[in-house]
Amino acid sequence: MSTFISYTLEGLFTGAAYAIAASGLVLTYSTTRVFNIAHGAVGMVFGFLYWDFSVKQGLPVWFSLILVLLVVAPLLGVFFQRVLTRGLGSAPIGVSLVVTVGMLVALIGVAQQIWSTEDARVLPEFFVGKSISIGDDINLSYHRAITIVLSGIVAAGLYVLLTRTRVGTAMRASVDNPDLLELYGGKPKTVAALSWAVGTSLGALSGILLAPIVGLEYFGLTLLVISAYAAAMLGKLTSLPLTYVGALLLGLASSYLVGYLQYLPGDKYLTGLPAVVPALFLALILVLLPQAPLRIGQVKGLVAAPVPSLTKSLGWGAGLLVVVFVASSGMSNANLLLVGTAATYGIVMLSLVLLTGYGGVVSLAQFTFAGVGAIAYCKIDQPNLFGLLLVVLISAGVGALVAFPVLRLTGLYLALATLAFAQLMEKLIFVQPFAFEFANLLQAKRLSILGYQFNTNRQYVVMMAVFFVLVAVLVLALRRGPLGRILIAMRDSQAACGTLGLDQRWFRVALFAGSAGIAGLGGALFAGLRQAVGSADFIYFQSLLLLLFAVIWGVTSVTGALLGGVFMMYLPEAQATYPDVAGLLFVLIGIGAVVIGRDPNGLANKLFGFPRWIQTTVYPFLAGRYPGLALKSREPRAAEDEDEPIAPGPVETNQEVDSDAVAAR
Amino acid sequence: MSVPILDVIDIHAAYGRIEVLRGVNLTIPKGSVLALLGPNGAGKSTLLKVISGQMEQTSGDIHLAGVHVTGAKPDDLARAGLTTIPEGRSVFPNLTVEENLLLMSYAGVAADKVFDTAYSYFPRLHERRYQLAGTMSGGEQQMLAMARALSSDPALLLLDELSMGLAPLIVDDLYETVGRIAQSGVSILVVEQFARTALRVSDYAAVMTGGRVVATGEPDEIGEIMADVILGGAA
Amino acid sequence: MPLLHVDDVVVQFGGVTAVNHANFQVEAGTITGLIGPNGAGKTTTFNVVTGLQTPTSGRVMFDGKNINRLPVNRRSKRGIGRTFQRLEAFGSLTVADNVRVALDIKRGLRGMFASTGNQVHDLLELVGISSYAGDRADSIPTGTARLLELARALACEPRLLLLDEPSSGLDESETEDFGRLLQKLAGEGVTILMVEHDMDLVMSVCNEIHVLDFGSIIAYGTPAEIRENPVVQKAYLGYSDEGPVDPDGPTNDSNHDTAVLDAVTEGAAQ
Repeated sequence: MSTFISYTLEGLFTGAAYAIAASGLVLTYSTTRVFNIAHGAVGMVFGFLYWDFSVKQGLPVWFSLILVLLVVAPLLGVFFQRVLTRGLGSAPIGVSLVVTVGMLVALIGVAQQIWSTEDARVLPEFFVGKSISIGDDINLSYHRAITIVLSGIVAAGLYVLLTRTRVGTAMRASVDNPDLLELYGGKPKTVAALSWAVGTSLGALSGILLAPIVGLEYFGLTLLVISAYAAAMLGKLTSLPLTYVGALLLGLASSYLVGYLQYLPGDKYLTGLPAVVPALFLALILVLLPQAPLRIGQVKGLVAAPVPSLTKSLGWGAGLLVVVFVASSGMSNANLLLVGTAATYGIVMLSLVLLTGYGGVVSLAQFTFAGVGAIAYCKIDQPNLFGLLLVVLISAGVGALVAFPVLRLTGLYLALATLAFAQLMEKLIFVQPFAFEFANLLQAKRLSILGYQFNTNRQYVVMMAVFFVLVAVLVLALRRGPLGRILIAMRDSQAACGTLGLDQRWFRVALFAGSAGIAGLGGALFAGLRQAVGSADFIYFQSLLLLLFAVIWGVTSVTGALLGGVFMMYLPEAQATYPDVAGLLFVLIGIGAVVIGRDPNGLANKLFGFPRWIQTTVYPFLAGRYPGLALKSREPRAAEDEDEPIAPGPVETNQEVDSDAVAAR
Repeated sequence: MSVPILDVIDIHAAYGRIEVLRGVNLTIPKGSVLALLGPNGAGKSTLLKVISGQMEQTSGDIHLAGVHVTGAKPDDLARAGLTTIPEGRSVFPNLTVEENLLLMSYAGVAADKVFDTAYSYFPRLHERRYQLAGTMSGGEQQMLAMARALSSDPALLLLDELSMGLAPLIVDDLYETVGRIAQSGVSILVVEQFARTALRVSDYAAVMTGGRVVATGEPDEIGEIMADVILGGAA
Repeated sequence: MPLLHVDDVVVQFGGVTAVNHANFQVEAGTITGLIGPNGAGKTTTFNVVTGLQTPTSGRVMFDGKNINRLPVNRRSKRGIGRTFQRLEAFGSLTVADNVRVALDIKRGLRGMFASTGNQVHDLLELVGISSYAGDRADSIPTGTARLLELARALACEPRLLLLDEPSSGLDESETEDFGRLLQKLAGEGVTILMVEHDMDLVMSVCNEIHVLDFGSIIAYGTPAEIRENPVVQKAYLGYSDEGPVDPDGPTNDSNHDTAVLDAVTEGAAQ
């Protein structure tokens, strides 16, 4: 009995901390319609900052708390709202996801930069060592008791703010109709800034409360956001009372699972289960949510990157292969592995071009699919084309399984479901004996095609480049063909697609499966390259980085995927070479995504505009200055074929596409 | 002659490339009611959006009581005495009646006074003060919207399609309230599809089609041509 | 048997009744007008028929079968096509590709890789916008985009075509062409139900007109009958003919006020 009470108290503590975090998330989402994926990272950074003030610099606890919770956190919240996420509430959901993922990565970078990994850090509990005794053998530490009480105070405070004050009422009003609030004479911007100030402060508080128990660590606390939004989802991201209920249920469920796991059958395979309770809880709620209605109105086309013709894409692909072939001769093995890694990232990024760039659906789990592919490749142990095909089918099947339950929902929920899925796989499946276990590496053989074995690193890397080009050509052919047109049409207007007779649910499953299949292919080739892979290669953070790199370089074009892949490969190299700025690089990428994320065509599209810019701006300027040069010039080409709409390619390409689409289903 | 409360001078406005207002001129003398009529898509609501600061014109000027207000924000205008009741239900459906009234105090009148005015005009609202506005009938929601016009003591009141989707008797009631506000000396610009209803309470009328004001005059004169303008010519 | 029967449909949003026991039929092969003042519930009715809006009560019968439970796309396969009042063209695709997508969807996964031949061009030619074929759909004028939506809907070869404000954005001569196009389509057996504010167009092409006012059908008949109907005139021009309000008029009697509201609230609840 006393153990039961202990577990209950522990669950109440965790639930209370979750509730504080989740209420901050709900507050910001419900007033500005921006879902802050970085909410957990906020808690993490402020856990560190509080440690810095109170432990490292030795400031008094109360003063550190005031500094963090009432000064720095609210200011950061206002900065987030005013500068980083402004206007995102009405933007496509993909954009606000990318921007907040950018914030998440930037915050992790900030933490790593300021509080580098070497120092050992322990954040003590409040009133460490003191506890309340209940009965003979149950102790509730002051820290936990304070947390539980604080969650009640936060609840009461929010209740008073939202229902008893004018500005709180205005917060709720601005959810429905900020324009009307302006006509009333209110200031929706001030209201939004205030709610972000309060929300960020609550995120910080939850981080400070959880850090002594969970440990001051970059990634663990950041994933707190999953627990927070799982709780918030019970109240559909808007109801605070239901959010509290959700948080307490989650806390208790996790705690009881920790306590009583040993009584479950197969418990030794389930050691990761308590950690994924929030993800499971979330998945359950998502499946039970009702169908989202089709959106009508407010349609505006996106200016997408140009789609090259088949000849042109083949030409560029051949060019790329020549470059890889020539450059790889005489390259060191270490460098060859890097090129192979870049090819892997490029292929996985192509899966994102298909899914996000064309389909407008955001996934935060592409590396998890790559991990599935890698495991399948190692386990099937058929290092040939047949084995590879099986790998693609398995990954696609897993992708379909993820997409299927959340089909009826909108983009935000789908993206959140993928993040939860990534965490589930990482904590529960990848650690199984048949997969990576804990730090185990799975052995993989080099691929052979039609009896030809790619034994040397150089051969293998060139082969990977060929795969990248093939997938790229395939993705482009798909985009030019009828399926690609339908994808774009679906992104532009779901209502119109429906009234034209398209069954969008299956189309979306097929899209998701196809994308997961490509990611799985990348993972399998990666396993063959390294000949040994571990779970660290496929953590969720990689998927977030992938999304950011893809968006920065252009998620709507194959070129963007290539450049993104190269730079993503280079990031850890750069961090190893310049460890002093390792964190800053994350910050740079995060900020880059925040800045560029509003234009999904990214930097690659700017490159496409470059020749034209030379011809229309630079050349006339130079020609005006130095007329002698004009002799060598020619008129700007009349037909820049990049901009021309391209008719469907030749029949054989289409059939290739067709079989792929069929396979994907 | 005193300065007009509203002077709209050659306003052009567009949604993207589509020009909706093509040089609108309109003047409302202080203390009078102007009915702005016209078929759908004539640009009436767009004009109100420009006047209330919700949308920026591409060219032209607006003077409120002689003050040049081009570029002013809606919330600044609201606090300066311009009350706009936009098309549709201009209340917050997920707030209670009392909370809606509380927000009306942002325009500069103390909350207690807003409650007093609203409840004395519409006892019905007092009965329903803890009810969510969105669960009330359309007429009651429009009463709540009118409570803002009544309590905020505006210099100029903009009303857009008060009658939309409401039963005739309720529309008549609403316009009685409008008439009473007018008698207290408030200048009003009424946009309305029901020509006759709006003309009853107005001192002047103007007709818009195709983004321009095509006729202005006394309510009677305008009333005679409205049937042709709306139900199609040569009957 | 009518092709479409909207049977006692009610749609409520919160406390507001957008469609209030609407009841009307559309005969096959006709052009039927659905008119009424702003906010009368016309677009909501269209959304109910096409499945984008679930009715609070009532049912929609198409070709004699209750289609209430069919999802949007299945209704399209049965032969219901539509255009939108707030444009839903695929903005990032060209005009030609907008139509091509519709053809692809209609032909399904097996058919979509075959050539469409001249179909795209023919459809654009039919509605008169083939000169825009290569332009992005978000760069063309509103009127043209409405015609594009019509061409796109026609690509699915609908039996019943719902047009929501199709002529707004067209100039006079374009509207006349459009009227002739509608009659041609009707002659080929397409049944058309049209929400439209241009009364000249409605009166000249419709066989029958239904007038919707605050969610209910208040009148129906031929164009001539509708034009003469005093109920319709009232609905459009307002309800009061008593002249200006007496400045010293009746003080607002709250009992009277309440009685009216009660009557209406009860009406909506029933």
